[in-house]
Amino acid sequence: MRAPGRPAFRFRAVIAAGVVAAMTIGAAGCAESDRGTGDDEGNAAGGTFVFAGAGDPKNFDPIFNDDGESFRPIRQMYDTLVTHKPGTAELEGGLAESWTNDPTGKVWTFKLRQGVKFHDGTALDAAAVCANFDRWYNMKGEAAQSQMIYYADVFGGFAGSPDAVYDNCKAQDASTAVLTLKKYKGAFPGAFALTAFSIASPAAMKQYDADTVTQNGDSFSYSAFANEHPTGTGPFTFGGWNKATGEITLAKNPDYWDEKAKVDKVIIKVIKDENTRKQELRAGTVQAIDFPAPADRKALADEGYAVLERPAFNILYLGINQKNNPKLKDLRVRQAIAYALNRPQLVQTKGPGGSVVADQFLPETVLGYAPDVQKYEYSVDKAKQLLSEAGATGLTLNFYYPTEVSRPYMPNPQEIFTVLANDLQAAGIKVTGVPRPWNGGFKDDVQQFGKQDLHILGWTGDYNDPGNFVGTFFGRPKVEFGADAMTEMFDAIGKADATVEPEAKRTAFEQVNRDLAAKWLPAVPIWHAPPAIVTTKNVQGLVPSPLTAEEFDTVSLTK
Amino acid sequence: MVRVVSRRLVQLGVTLIALMTLVFFWLRSLPGGPVDALLGERATPQTRELLIQALGYDQPIWVQYGRFLKNVVTGNFGNSIRTGEPVTDVISRAFPATVELAVAAIIIAVGLGIPLGYLAARHRGRLLDNATIIVTLIGISIPIFFLGYLLKDWLTQDIHFFPPSGRISTGTDNTDVTGFFVLDGLLTREFDASADALWHLVLPAVTLATIPLAIIVRITRASVLDVLDEDYVRTADAKGLRDATIRKRHVLRNAMLPVVTTVGLQTGALLAGAVLTEKVYNWGGLGTLITDSISGGRDYPVLQALILLAAVVFIVVNLLVDLSYAVIDPRVRVQ
Repeated sequence: MRAPGRPAFRFRAVIAAGVVAAMTIGAAGCAESDRGTGDDEGNAAGGTFVFAGAGDPKNFDPIFNDDGESFRPIRQMYDTLVTHKPGTAELEGGLAESWTNDPTGKVWTFKLRQGVKFHDGTALDAAAVCANFDRWYNMKGEAAQSQMIYYADVFGGFAGSPDAVYDNCKAQDASTAVLTLKKYKGAFPGAFALTAFSIASPAAMKQYDADTVTQNGDSFSYSAFANEHPTGTGPFTFGGWNKATGEITLAKNPDYWDEKAKVDKVIIKVIKDENTRKQELRAGTVQAIDFPAPADRKALADEGYAVLERPAFNILYLGINQKNNPKLKDLRVRQAIAYALNRPQLVQTKGPGGSVVADQFLPETVLGYAPDVQKYEYSVDKAKQLLSEAGATGLTLNFYYPTEVSRPYMPNPQEIFTVLANDLQAAGIKVTGVPRPWNGGFKDDVQQFGKQDLHILGWTGDYNDPGNFVGTFFGRPKVEFGADAMTEMFDAIGKADATVEPEAKRTAFEQVNRDLAAKWLPAVPIWHAPPAIVTTKNVQGLVPSPLTAEEFDTVSLTK
Repeated sequence: MVRVVSRRLVQLGVTLIALMTLVFFWLRSLPGGPVDALLGERATPQTRELLIQALGYDQPIWVQYGRFLKNVVTGNFGNSIRTGEPVTDVISRAFPATVELAVAAIIIAVGLGIPLGYLAARHRGRLLDNATIIVTLIGISIPIFFLGYLLKDWLTQDIHFFPPSGRISTGTDNTDVTGFFVLDGLLTREFDASADALWHLVLPAVTLATIPLAIIVRITRASVLDVLDEDYVRTADAKGLRDATIRKRHVLRNAMLPVVTTVGLQTGALLAGAVLTEKVYNWGGLGTLITDSISGGRDYPVLQALILLAAVVFIVVNLLVDLSYAVIDPRVRVQ
């Protein structure tokens, strides 16, 4: 048949409509680019600081949170009794101007700042501080208690529990709060600076049912206080959480007790993909991004962005589980593993900028760091020799590593595994890699079931205390290491942790660290890797914190 | 017609219950679970126990299943494990985002695909036809992920033309009425917000549209070619009908049947494409929700509801497609 002639008119109409649509969209784009600067013009002095975070917060009630993405906005809205000097892990006064500890280590007296007000206008006084401690201790219900992760860890338990450390809190006068503990706890005073222990307004908590954590089927929901009315004393007040766009808005608190925030508004924008965070930074739609991909840091610095490296306050280690393979109970075998690893090269090739080889399980800035621990310089010969002395030649080990995850101390687990496994193979240890999704079996297999011989894992410190590092890993028998027989190690750490006098505590932990390296070696420390923040050039005054505890009140924007 | 629809609805119900059961056990047989994801690295073993009890994971699986079925039947999907909000809230927030994206993609795919396919068929064997075949082949085979990043890199980084991600500019104080940002802007007369949302929509919609577009072009082309060879077209031509009438009444109408089926199937498949597109563009719709609910810690209630929703969408779209046959081709009886 003959092909019917030219296309019908209606198709030309369709194409024409398409062109018109494209032009309309183009015009919309112009409109968009006009609005970009609209916000800033009205407030040349303050402006809006947009920070791209990496995940959704859970809620804004400090005590029910344990993750950095929730703590980021919480930290701007609340204060803690004790806080850290900006950019360090050293303590300084927060809501408490000063604090003292009695010789037993059990009674803490806080001298509070005067004239501090919560965002709802009520006064921050000793009664309010004690109301917070009482609230935590007396929290009812499994649902609520199970979400108080830091509290359970630091304070041991709740009302009625024999392990609870809290005894009582008394308001001696309006500005003096006296906290009495049942026993000394090494975590203090550092743990008073934990964001989870921020002081919230008792009036607002009561008004908005803060303690009501309800359960529905498989999950919990939090109160209006936690979601819509977080009320602290911090430099910013809550402006709203738009979940559809992933934006948390914070407004400058004009009545802040300390130096007031320099910007008028902070928007924390949730962008989970690190590549997208980078692109938004380049597009100029955000002024700062957290956790850039290690590989992007240099490029961004070259392009003129400010790469702010946090002082390293974390540790990546190669865990050794002594339970499944009896050979791993032999110290010489574990030492052979340590000698086999070429850690300097790993740091150089896979470590984020600023990473350093770790020779112990805590960073240099933490009390109890011992400069003179056994170092295990890379030596394949020594590794082979120790293996043959121990009768462990031809050793075969499985090696668990996580996938679908990137942690500040472990940005690229798979690559780290590959390098470490090659090193071990070179020393004659056969390695079977077992990849497991982070939330899909890795943590279960490693920490609950102990299926692994070797694994990689790490930790970011919460506060400046050696117990928070070595105590967490090796202070008690853990499935992860299968070192139940190493009672000497548990005792030594327990004793060091219970030492009240700071100098004696330092000495005790230095010895613990020497012994961990030379005598026990339950794991091999790999590196300390500082995570970074990248900002545009016009962002001033953002101080990177080793604890990833940046405060935005010091941030200002230049034109 | 009514009987057909009601029978389909009963089928829908049975399918859904079977599907839910499958999903319930399948999700729980996966390694890992919400407990670890919720607790992070710092939890003590006691806290872990508390949580397991609070969530009821210490009870036998059939007790959990019974509770789950009861909840589903009464329309209670529970709360998201990650966020603590009712699942219906979480989904109704993400749903408009994906629908907005999918509708835009379908408009592009159908609006360009059918005319292009038709044109290619009419120019069979000529340059336009060959070009279309090659381009659509690329369109079908290019992974969304790759295309998304490519477009994004080029149009948001090399040239700062489009915004790299999100549905609307950060800090836009738009009023949320329906959750469809473009529509909301029109309803509330915040036209700049509407335009901004539309501008954000371009790249993701184009990315998502490529595969369905390519498929629709090819199906349309093939279908039109088939019809052009039919006797009735030749007869119509021979009896001297006007070209436009032949094209409209005989060619296009008859060629549309397979195209409509394809459009229906592609609409369902868009959901899968949306997972990738939304990841690339930080879109915050159902696709994002699915990824978050799986990798962010086995958010069972959300996952269950999402799979249910996907099934309903798929089944309803297919039902609509079947019904539309009757409209397009009177010879088809819906039975």
